[in-house]
Amino acid sequence: MNSVIGYYSTKFGELWKMSLDDLFLAASCGVLESTKLEIGQIDAVFIGNMLGGVVDNQLLLSAHISEILEVDIPIYRLEAACASGGMAFQTANEYLKSHPESTVLVVGAEKMTDISATDITTALSTAASLDEQKVGLTFPGVYALLAQVYLNEYGYNEEHLAAVSVKNHAHGVLNDNAHFQRYVTIDNVLESPYIAYPLKVLDSSPISDGAAALILSNNKQLIKTRNSSVILASEMATDNISISKRRNLDEIYSTKKAGTEAFKKSKIIPLDVNVMEVHDCFSIAEILALEDLGFWKKGTGGGYAKEMATHIDSGNNLIVNTSGGLKAAGHPVGGTGVKQIGEVYLQLTGQAKRRQVKNTKYGLAHNVGGSGGVAIVTILGV
Amino acid sequence: MVGITDYGFYIPKYRIKVSDIASQWGKCSEKVENTLQVHEKAVAGIDEDVLTMAYEASIMALSSNKNLRSEIGSVFVGSETFPYAVKPTSSSLGEWLGLSHDYLAYDTQFACKAATGALISAMGLVKSKDISTALVCGSDKANARPKDVLEYSASSGANAWVLGRENIIAEIVDWTSFTSDTPDFWRRSKAEFPSHAGRFTGTPAYFYHITRAIEKLLQKTSMTTDMFAHVVFHMPNGSFPLKAAKILNITKEQMHQGYIVKNLGNSYSASALMGLVSVFDVAKPGEKILFASYGSGAGSDAIIFNITDKIVEKRKNFLKMISEKTYIHYITYSRNMGIIK
Repeated sequence: MNSVIGYYSTKFGELWKMSLDDLFLAASCGVLESTKLEIGQIDAVFIGNMLGGVVDNQLLLSAHISEILEVDIPIYRLEAACASGGMAFQTANEYLKSHPESTVLVVGAEKMTDISATDITTALSTAASLDEQKVGLTFPGVYALLAQVYLNEYGYNEEHLAAVSVKNHAHGVLNDNAHFQRYVTIDNVLESPYIAYPLKVLDSSPISDGAAALILSNNKQLIKTRNSSVILASEMATDNISISKRRNLDEIYSTKKAGTEAFKKSKIIPLDVNVMEVHDCFSIAEILALEDLGFWKKGTGGGYAKEMATHIDSGNNLIVNTSGGLKAAGHPVGGTGVKQIGEVYLQLTGQAKRRQVKNTKYGLAHNVGGSGGVAIVTILGV
Repeated sequence: MVGITDYGFYIPKYRIKVSDIASQWGKCSEKVENTLQVHEKAVAGIDEDVLTMAYEASIMALSSNKNLRSEIGSVFVGSETFPYAVKPTSSSLGEWLGLSHDYLAYDTQFACKAATGALISAMGLVKSKDISTALVCGSDKANARPKDVLEYSASSGANAWVLGRENIIAEIVDWTSFTSDTPDFWRRSKAEFPSHAGRFTGTPAYFYHITRAIEKLLQKTSMTTDMFAHVVFHMPNGSFPLKAAKILNITKEQMHQGYIVKNLGNSYSASALMGLVSVFDVAKPGEKILFASYGSGAGSDAIIFNITDKIVEKRKNFLKMISEKTYIHYITYSRNMGIIK
């Protein structure tokens, strides 16, 4: 069975001394070193990256990575906006299904801080509907509309959203690779400037540089001799890119569909999951994810969020975003999906150090591209 | 011995409060002031520019000695907001001051350290005895894109420095300069306003260059920071110089007199040197001053001054003179700065 046998991540943040090449190389070398593998033992590479063509003027990343890693094996570049890393993993998993006794490298990276905030925001908006871009709808704007619908429909307020950031920042303090390793309070979040009502700066994930890499294998000997976690499912679903064409605005349909498929394939139910990384690009997104994945009934998430029901110290059976999530760990878009699965892998194999959740058996990673145009749900087990 | 023999300054009388700018853009002024540690800034009048302010500062610097004007062998003006892209301000200044025509003149540009680089060059000319007296000015009518964070601090002001080998009030003991290609702040040719790289202007830019320049100077002179009565750093805002001081184990007391950014803002090329002007108000003979400018792009010039007993007769009473001010509102500020015409 396909398994994850190794993970490595660079620090996420403003890595001014690292280029996109440096990030790819650091993550790739890091994971090979930690798994005691040589690059010659890798059969294929799957890269998650969104903005190389915009920020670094570099496309044809397959050949680019071939040069960096000094290999001539198949290299696939996957782009699904913020779900590029998740898509790289999902594709690698599919590849292994038809390639027995193989081992592949999945690496996601993004260099975002070399251009201005305005330019990177414009670059990110290329993943939105062209018609909606034209009328000025940015990603914060899209999620702000979803948040307004949710708060109005179910009677919650900005404090319920703020609790998500408070919880994830508390988790980020425990993660040495997190972009932000500091606590924030509800008041801090509520007093931060609005980005797009009702979302504020501290409801939003940052612009980060960073890279993460995983080794996947179906080679029994390698799986047996490494800390490994079985890939029970990695499912992708798509939806309209335009939010004006979405069926409902209090949910992300692609998350629901990918989640349903992933649970079906993995033959477990949400109650079995102990740890989970969900795509909290904005605070509202974590609440929607927990509901859409079937953990919380639609419309109840605001209350659970305010209780911080998934905090590592909550004593509950499900802990969410132990890495700090996108909010505190950072969001180098191509790297995020890989980091999420890596974090679940660390939790399931007992390598999560200060943020280790006890008695973990199943973990889930949820990665979203383009405000729900693409969603990938991956379930690992031990 | 070579050093400063006299000095002058000019701060325009207009001030705008940070709270006024913040309210213009719907920002919380308390948060802005807490973050930047700037409360108000000096603004040049609509009829003032780098040349007029450099002139005002220079006539103050030359006022005590009628013979100086004929002795000046070089005139350097450092700025990043020269009135002309091509046409020297330094030659106009020399003409306005009625200098002889036998002097070397040029304008220098290196973001906020344009004038300190010129000061070091002038010191070399005087020290080598190629000339007897040099005049160096730092002058800026610093602009910023409306709504940009720079708008809260970019201010106006000028200072002028006469260098010579006799009647020195502040000996230049030694200097270092630390430079690297670090693009933290820039203004492209023909661009109206400068751009900057946000937090990148901090750790890898301002703090890295200033601390390296200071460390190298201390190493070169076998001195330690506790040997200085006063320390002055470039003041892009109120928090950066204090943070740099903390990194270098320099006390608030050492920073106190030269820390003038809270009420004057950042007059770019004139900023750090204006802190030195303030220190000259109180520095006693025998006291040493540790000084470091910073220019984006990037570099820092660090200089050690040793105050002599001649300082007493040349003090200018800076703090009293700048207390005469007129507050203006944002619309007048915009007109003065040419943002609206």
